[in-house]
Amino acid sequence: MDNIKPRVKVPKSASAGDIIQIKTLINHPMESGLRKGKDGNPIPRQIINKFTCEFNGKTVFSCDLEPAISANPYLEFSAKVTEPGTFKFIWMDDDGSVYETENKIAIK
Amino acid sequence: MNLTRRQMLRASVGVAAAGVFGFALPAAATPEATAESIKKFTGGADPVSGGNLTLTAPEIAENGNTVPVEIAVDSPMTDDDYVESVVIYAEGNPNPDVVVFHFTPMSGAAVAKTRMRLAKTQNVVAVAKTSTGQVFMDKKEVKVTIGGCGG
Repeated sequence: MDNIKPRVKVPKSASAGDIIQIKTLINHPMESGLRKGKDGNPIPRQIINKFTCEFNGKTVFSCDLEPAISANPYLEFSAKVTEPGTFKFIWMDDDGSVYETENKIAIK
Repeated sequence: MNLTRRQMLRASVGVAAAGVFGFALPAAATPEATAESIKKFTGGADPVSGGNLTLTAPEIAENGNTVPVEIAVDSPMTDDDYVESVVIYAEGNPNPDVVVFHFTPMSGAAVAKTRMRLAKTQNVVAVAKTSTGQVFMDKKEVKVTIGGCGG
């Protein structure tokens, strides 16, 4: 799908060993497959079904989303930072698209 | 076929009732279906209510389309003892599954927040599983003014 823009909020720096809070939002209709269109036929399901957050290549947090998640899925979670590195965020769409974004973090 | 007015009325009520219950009810999840899903998730272990897992949701949600929900599990989150996954169910939705969060020791804390859809007033259930095999559960009733499943 076009015009999908992931947005992520990660602190620019943290002390080693800190637990930081990460907020993510992606604009996506999260079509549940239960709604009916104007012609009375169900609108096919299309949602983000998986989200993963990696830090320097290792999975920190992931989740499986179902149609019961609101449109423009918002996720907030935490991560423990022990070294400087890069967070990679991956959203997977039902249609096979993958949306990615990266954020660097430094150690104070 | 000659029908009296009374018979006619009775018949139409029957058809209407079939329309409402015949199609609406089977589509909705039930607490039993949720209990079965929980059993599958925990692998048969009985979840311990209260204590380590806290589920935060509003008492009254005006709009069922976006209901903020938060889970927090009290856990040391070390390599030997951490929360593996937390699952959220909505008992009254067409499909009870809402989300499964997978944590790792690198998560630092087993907390997560998202927004979900609720079709009607119902119980929201969260179940957590730790790497040591403990299972926790928490339940909250959320009153929904406007349902959020379209249609």
